[in-house]
Amino acid sequence: MSQATGIKEIIKPENLVYKKTKVMTGKVLSYCPGCGHGTTHRILAEVIDEEGLQSETIGVSPVGCSVLLYEFLDIDWQEAAHGRAPALATAIKRLLPEKFVFTYQGDGDLAAIGTAETIHACNRGENIMIIFINNGIYGMTGGQMAPTTLPGMKSSTSPYGRDVKMMGNPLKMTDIVATLPGTYYVTRQSVHTPANVKKAKKAIRKAVQYQKLNRGTCFIEIVSNCPSGWKMTPVESNKWMEANMFPYYPLGDLKVPAEENPQKQTNPEKND
Amino acid sequence: MAKIRGSIVVDIERCKGCEVCMVSCPTGTIAMAKEVNHKGYFYAFPANPDLCIGCANCAIVCPDGVITVYKTKI
Repeated sequence: MSQATGIKEIIKPENLVYKKTKVMTGKVLSYCPGCGHGTTHRILAEVIDEEGLQSETIGVSPVGCSVLLYEFLDIDWQEAAHGRAPALATAIKRLLPEKFVFTYQGDGDLAAIGTAETIHACNRGENIMIIFINNGIYGMTGGQMAPTTLPGMKSSTSPYGRDVKMMGNPLKMTDIVATLPGTYYVTRQSVHTPANVKKAKKAIRKAVQYQKLNRGTCFIEIVSNCPSGWKMTPVESNKWMEANMFPYYPLGDLKVPAEENPQKQTNPEKND
Repeated sequence: MAKIRGSIVVDIERCKGCEVCMVSCPTGTIAMAKEVNHKGYFYAFPANPDLCIGCANCAIVCPDGVITVYKTKI
């Protein structure tokens, strides 16, 4: 058997181990090469598919790089005004409590203009899932400084690096919402390696299942890269993220349901 | 001992050439092409298809979901 026939023998429907899920619409993603948004979309779509929730899900898409998210996942969507996704999701969930409702927001949307909506939705314990993509920069508008930009990190509006005396310290939204009694599950994940993608997918699956229990907000931060905004290649940006973002935004569960793991609730654990 | 053989199919026209799959491949199956696709990206392709073990690491990290993975025991 020649090598070429050998490969053709393997490519058969019965040998399939991984294929893009049908919940993704098949449109070409509008993101830069290597952007973590695409991976996050895919794992979210996979969880929705595997949990059989495609017709039961209503997503709220944000303003930012992922503004066209409603084009990429084949579920029901509502586009929110800038930062107002948690408020809109609150309304949707209260009117249609049997649906699975989530928001998907970047750091400009959730941590800057939408800080109030996010904190108050989490404080009220709205029964929604919030996915927060944190890449430390305003990617869509050209790499300006965001509230989550690291100290000393260069961006187009902080060309000498973020000076914390003048511009303040990076905002750890996930740590803030973890202290609120309304949140049920708060975690920080990343999607830059296969192992991290699997962990992040597990976290999203947990949040989907917790929403059925009706116990409060599930908040998932995905620490992501921005190769274009950081002016690096995708592989370099992933390495830079490991070296610089993870020490400031350590991965792991910040709040897990008390009945599941009592000792972990006050003790954030690193799992990278 | 049964040998595990895998194979990947890359949707070349949708690939954006970010190289994330190449660094996550444990066996060095994937390389970037010397030519570009219609969008002008140096796409990923299985340069050493015999080394593939079908672990699906490349497909899991691919931001654009362009990789399909097959695996069999021979």
